[in-house]
Amino acid sequence: MKMQRRDFLKTAGAAATVSTLSACATIESAPQIVGVAKPRVVVVGGGFGGATAAKYVAKFGEGNIDVTLVERGDAFVSCPMSNLVVGGSKQLADLSVPYTGLAKYGITRVRGEAIGIDPGKRNLRMQDGTLIPYDRLILSPGVDFMYGDLPGLQSVAAQSSILHAWKASPETVALRKQLEAMPDGGVFAIHIPKAPFRCPPGPYERACQVAWYFKQYKPKSKVIVLDGNEDIVSKKGLFTKAWNENYKGLVEYRNNQTLLDVDVATKTAKLEFGDQKADVLNVLPPMRAGNIARMFGMANANGRWCQVDFLTYESTAIANIHMIGDAIQIAPGMPKSGHMANQHAKVCAAAVVELLTKGSVNPTPMVANTCYSFIDDKNVVHVASVHEYDAKDKTMKTVAGSGGLSAAGNELEGTYANAWAKTIWADMLA
Amino acid sequence: MKLTVHNALAALAVIAASAVHAQAPTPAAHPNLARNLAAQCANCHGTDGKSDQAIPALAGRPADYMNAQMKAFKEGTRPATIMHQLAKGYTDEQIKLMADYFAKQK
Repeated sequence: MKMQRRDFLKTAGAAATVSTLSACATIESAPQIVGVAKPRVVVVGGGFGGATAAKYVAKFGEGNIDVTLVERGDAFVSCPMSNLVVGGSKQLADLSVPYTGLAKYGITRVRGEAIGIDPGKRNLRMQDGTLIPYDRLILSPGVDFMYGDLPGLQSVAAQSSILHAWKASPETVALRKQLEAMPDGGVFAIHIPKAPFRCPPGPYERACQVAWYFKQYKPKSKVIVLDGNEDIVSKKGLFTKAWNENYKGLVEYRNNQTLLDVDVATKTAKLEFGDQKADVLNVLPPMRAGNIARMFGMANANGRWCQVDFLTYESTAIANIHMIGDAIQIAPGMPKSGHMANQHAKVCAAAVVELLTKGSVNPTPMVANTCYSFIDDKNVVHVASVHEYDAKDKTMKTVAGSGGLSAAGNELEGTYANAWAKTIWADMLA
Repeated sequence: MKLTVHNALAALAVIAASAVHAQAPTPAAHPNLARNLAAQCANCHGTDGKSDQAIPALAGRPADYMNAQMKAFKEGTRPATIMHQLAKGYTDEQIKLMADYFAKQK
């Protein structure tokens, strides 16, 4: 019955676009029909992008839109701050927030794994066979890992031994346990894939966190950063300063380190120019958009990332499917960060609400980024930027003169970084 | 001669066009622009500027105060860790829209 009403609404909408004057009456009567069967927005993924999108579609929609959030997990666990679990100053529970706060916005939460989409019939297929119909679908699946070029890391057993811990989860705690079990005098090596990857400063922050732990408890140990990139990708001067001043002799950085394979038994990174054996080996595999976002040619940037219209975050490949967060092909200077995913989500939510209520899409969207990195348990550095839509080039561009970095690590920003985390989690989930 | 007339006409057309351009009012802002701009602040300052954390709440602050603070951040007369860098990303008009929006939040 609901479907029939929705079909009628679509017919009414189609009629409105065909005629001109007579269509006004149809448009005016549309809200009454909408009141009977609301347009449906389904969001996949309850991270920084998806949870924010669900909340803001409900908020901007002012009760006129039916919102469903599909998420496999029972609680949100934050990637930002999770390097502090590796360093030992925070617990996973400190970074976990339940989804229950979204109920007050009237958001329906479906716990489960979305495995398929029918863009023609507009429904999402769940692993248990359930079909969830949508008028507009918002995908915020984050990243998946590409183990294809690393023969030694194909098995679940290998992946349980050589961890990435690049999605905050019990795996983050497992990496911490590997460090705790390591004898003093050991080597922690981290391999960083070629950019783009999730959280550009994250690997270097992790090196700081492990060095901070070693400095206190295992001072004869060493951190070796094996970077697949030509140079440090983010906050270079600030991380270099921390390694030289706070962790002198503890951190060794090597650029242009192409990883060919991993020998799991000996914890050896097999690199283009020689092997590096470690006691704890942490490999961040190359990344791409989460599986569900790569269907139907939606990953139309190198088969890895999804191009979107930056006015609406609608896929450039499939109508009525929007993409936000780490899965999208970013504009230059727009990092793959949780903060940015939250900002995509709000632009997307505003546009989706306008599209479903016959409003007009804001032609001048803006997004901002703030990213804090912890040098130790208290001292923090940031990078910030502001981006505006360029109508001529149809992309986001950094506003000239905006943004910048900290001068050096400092405790005041440590206070702000903790406040930032609590506030953005509330902006998504409370 | 024809060419000259043509050029003169073209010049007139340009003058006319620029006059129209000069007189044309700024295109009306999108009805939800203030709300959308203000949503960018929520990551750090809370949804609708409401927060009980160390980063100050913005809800209910007088618009004049907000405009003055953002100007001070832009000009470097109010010291900051990050706001002097972010404030430079917005025009005075955009800041005014955000300030008015937050002033109305209770």
